[in-house]
Amino acid sequence: MIDSNVVLTGQTLAYTFYVLAIIALMGWFAYKVTRDGSGKEIKPVIFYSFVAFLVVIGVSLHIVTLQTIPWKSMDLNRAETKADKEFHITMENHEFRLPSPKLIIAKNETVRFIVDSKDLTYGFGLFKSDNTMAFQMQVMPGHLNDILWRFDRPAVYSIRSTEYSGPKGINMIVRDAVEVVE
Amino acid sequence: MSLLQTFTHGAQDLFKPYSLTPMQKLTLRFVVIGLIYYGVVVIEGMLMRLFEVNPSLALGVEPEQFYAIMTAHPLVGIFGSTYSIVFGAFLFLVPFLMKKPLWSITLGNWTLWFIASGTFVFWFAGFVSHYSPLYTLYWPLPADFSQFSVLGGTFFITGIALVMVGTIFFVINIFKTIIYTPDGWEKQPSGALIRSALGLTGLTNLFSKKKKEHLVSLPVAAIARGTVDTALNAGIILFTGVLILIYMVAELFGTSLKHSSIDALLYKNWFWWGLDLIADGLVLIFVAGAWYLLATLITGKKLFMENVARAALFIEMVVSWTVWSHHLMSDQAQPNILKILSGEMVTAFELITQGLAFFITLATLWSARPLKMSHPLKFLLGGLLGFALAVPAGIMQADLGLNRILHNTQWIVGPHVHVAVLVGLTMTLYSVIYFLFPILTNGAKLYSEKLASFHFWAHLSGGIGMGAFMGMAGLKGMLRRTIYFDGEFNIYMILAALSGSLLLLAFLAFFYNIVMSVGLNGVIGIFAPSKIDTKELLPQEK
Repeated sequence: MIDSNVVLTGQTLAYTFYVLAIIALMGWFAYKVTRDGSGKEIKPVIFYSFVAFLVVIGVSLHIVTLQTIPWKSMDLNRAETKADKEFHITMENHEFRLPSPKLIIAKNETVRFIVDSKDLTYGFGLFKSDNTMAFQMQVMPGHLNDILWRFDRPAVYSIRSTEYSGPKGINMIVRDAVEVVE
Repeated sequence: MSLLQTFTHGAQDLFKPYSLTPMQKLTLRFVVIGLIYYGVVVIEGMLMRLFEVNPSLALGVEPEQFYAIMTAHPLVGIFGSTYSIVFGAFLFLVPFLMKKPLWSITLGNWTLWFIASGTFVFWFAGFVSHYSPLYTLYWPLPADFSQFSVLGGTFFITGIALVMVGTIFFVINIFKTIIYTPDGWEKQPSGALIRSALGLTGLTNLFSKKKKEHLVSLPVAAIARGTVDTALNAGIILFTGVLILIYMVAELFGTSLKHSSIDALLYKNWFWWGLDLIADGLVLIFVAGAWYLLATLITGKKLFMENVARAALFIEMVVSWTVWSHHLMSDQAQPNILKILSGEMVTAFELITQGLAFFITLATLWSARPLKMSHPLKFLLGGLLGFALAVPAGIMQADLGLNRILHNTQWIVGPHVHVAVLVGLTMTLYSVIYFLFPILTNGAKLYSEKLASFHFWAHLSGGIGMGAFMGMAGLKGMLRRTIYFDGEFNIYMILAALSGSLLLLAFLAFFYNIVMSVGLNGVIGIFAPSKIDTKELLPQEK
């Protein structure tokens, strides 16, 4: 499965390019708008073409990500997908209760994390050793909170609550709690 | 004039508070209160920026205080500052554009004092008690009395409720002003006026051969539609506040109510439905209306594609009612259909509606070349750029694939929220303030043009820079509400703090410039009762 860092790098490049382009456009506009013009209005065809362009961008973003980000379709279909392994985790009193001190996953296994909150709304995220995020979800009391993920390379992850649950939750991290082995 | 004389009497002694009408005073009071609260927000923001670099730098702020600041910061920013400035401007502009007096100046003053005092009450309650469930109030955190003081929370929620009461007064005043008949006037067609303001006339025109004329101008229609969202939002926040207060009052009387009586998912849905009426409805609609107004006032020309702009405003209102689910994309219990339809698809419409407003405003300006690069135009272009940067950032995170790795990171709050609010919204508001300044002050002169230019560049570069560095940290995995004690993201946080300090300098330059323009006596005079007994907006020319 494609690594989340690859997706984020792609997003960084695309958004940076866009930012530079729109700043340049606005700079150019600010310069030109103070210069003499023909006094003519912009043709409606340009306006409607712009609208069509926005529609294409708005819709195609989600189609492109559906085709290129594997966890998107996996997430939507997770109720029908059988996992290779399941971990049941409980969160209560600002603590994670893991089924074992270390969650061991074999490479290429698809794993379902089922996280139950007994009191507050928390978050559940896996973070790599360089602090970048692999994935996260919200953990809501009284509801099923599950996520499916496929681990296709050896790595060690820390578990961190990704949602604020009051000042008592500032240390909600279990370092190196998940290990993917060959 | 010496510096001291200017500080006391204003630039060239031109500002005479006794010459102001009650309406001018009302509007200026809103602006002064809004700017004072903006100053509070900037200082709080800088404290948090320093804390994010290193907790020991933030003047002794402890984690509990940090989160109390994080809770108050956006609420003071939106209610104390933005609501004050926007409500003040619209209570002036709606009668100004409709060429009739405000329905009730007294109610306008009540609006001001409810918002000002409510903001102070919740800010002070948070400051003293460290009540910090954040503005999101995820259930059951606001009623978690093992972490928070019941009394502090009760005052906090009461403060929010006061703001909402003031907001309802504003809503009543706006709609009554649109439809009422002033003394001595021919009877106004109130039904037709309200239909025009809400866009129903435009909608029926689409299907009717006999087109009816629009009775209210486009900016008034924008204000009316944004005000609908404001009213709905006030209702949701008041309802939620009452619910939380019930838990607090019960606790004060020794009875602990069960948290599980309220479904956390249902609660999150209704609360975000209401909150998004501010974030995605009110802000975008009000901002689009402000852009259209500024573009026509700056150019003196008719708005480009005005009919489409009216239709887009109506669509934006419907979008704002159906867009909330993009905040619940990481909630696995939320139905997939809502995540896709409301979260992805409807949210994508915001790219279209805001893109239209962006294009229409630029096209209107373009048709009037050459324009002088005045302060209002400069800030308007800054505001347009802000939303051009922030809206696509929001559309990206409202994708199910990307949200999985972006939700609750600094990306959300940096390139999206802060760039939208600080660059997009605030620069638009500054444009309105610079435009209205000579009108509201009967021709007072700005103390320094150079300071105003510095204000522009420092605010623009500070806002974009801070958003950018927060965004970079977010892409590297930094969460938005987490304290990092080991300096994991220090380089980004130092750069974001430096950018934040530019925002602080920009505000100080602006504040100094305004105080030196009207003088300390002038600021005090704004709050004294007007000596002119009139409902007119501006003094009669002699």
